[in-house]
Amino acid sequence: MKQTELIMGMPITIEVVDKAAGKYFKALFDYFREVDRQYSTYKKDSEISRINAGLPKSKWSREMKMVLDLCEKTKKDTKGYFNISHHGKIDPSGLVKGWSIANTAKILLNHKVTNFYIEAGGDIQVSGKDKDSKPWIVGIRNPFNMNEIIKTIAVASEGVATSGTYIRGQHIYDPFRPEATIKRVKSLTVIGLNIYDADRYATAAFAMGEQGIGFIESIPELEGYMVTDDKLATYTSGFERYVVNV
Amino acid sequence: MKKYFLGIAVGLIFVVYSTVLRHQHSEPVIAPASLSQNSSTTSIPSTTPSTSSTSPQFKDGTYTGRIENAYYGNVQVSAVIQNGVLTAVNFLQSPNDNPNSIYVNQAAMPYLKHEAIKAQSANVSIVTGATLTSQAFIQSLTNALNQAKQG
Repeated sequence: MKQTELIMGMPITIEVVDKAAGKYFKALFDYFREVDRQYSTYKKDSEISRINAGLPKSKWSREMKMVLDLCEKTKKDTKGYFNISHHGKIDPSGLVKGWSIANTAKILLNHKVTNFYIEAGGDIQVSGKDKDSKPWIVGIRNPFNMNEIIKTIAVASEGVATSGTYIRGQHIYDPFRPEATIKRVKSLTVIGLNIYDADRYATAAFAMGEQGIGFIESIPELEGYMVTDDKLATYTSGFERYVVNV
Repeated sequence: MKKYFLGIAVGLIFVVYSTVLRHQHSEPVIAPASLSQNSSTTSIPSTTPSTSSTSPQFKDGTYTGRIENAYYGNVQVSAVIQNGVLTAVNFLQSPNDNPNSIYVNQAAMPYLKHEAIKAQSANVSIVTGATLTSQAFIQSLTNALNQAKQG
């Protein structure tokens, strides 16, 4: 049983294998809507927008403080590459998406629902098995052709997140080596123990450019698959154990 | 009222845009796929605004939307109106990778593996991919279409 709704500017899909668990759909989508109300920088009356407009810290909600603490922790974990401050404003959306998917998964697990996936804008938490009692199969989209899958992976309880841009911009040159065109990262997919980690590390590693995949390699719990604009993929040493040969 | 119609138009475009993003592996749909791939002019499926009876009459021309922050960088689009209908969206700015990457994890590099990417005809349950710029896209397009209304 599967349902998709458009929330936070993206399609969110939840599939549960046990049809009876469909009764939780409304609560789960309501949760995402509530997160959107609090954390959307596109909504003038969201808490984050009010904070950016000068709401004093004494009036911030406990949850907001906790989320911002998580952002600060993630910044430290990622050598400063995860940074929610832009032009004097803060935008924790790089963390909130994975965090809210992880929270939704917890709600289902608390209700003893074990076979499901939750996907929000291409970031995924899976749990258990699919309706054929097989592992969930995730396709990595081709950043050069949105109609194509370029890699197929099987996951059991992991989170999978992809950061990237599918939009081609100007070529970038290294000012110190003008003859060398810097490889631009088109997409970076990270598999983690949960979507919270996969998402925040994918966000930070993408900001590192070509070095991001090396950063993912250096963290034992994470695997990654990076596609650069020369149509090559670079992947971590443990990535292959997830790959389904098709 | 104007705003209401505009909302419907932009909403429709986005629903098509996101629906296609979700189903690209199974349904080859031309417009939004190529829409995200390059900065050249892209045609929008004619089913989007033109068949809607509530679709607003825009003034012909090309309208440049505001630059919107898309977390990694900026998104800016221009909307091309022909015969009162949105016919194309051009990407003028898009987020770039951070070219100033200074973090080098040399120790990890030897363990990495490489391959050429290759399309697969896979039967997958779920698709992972980036959709970060969607909200910025909507904002910039809304701004461009507002100008077309006032044109």
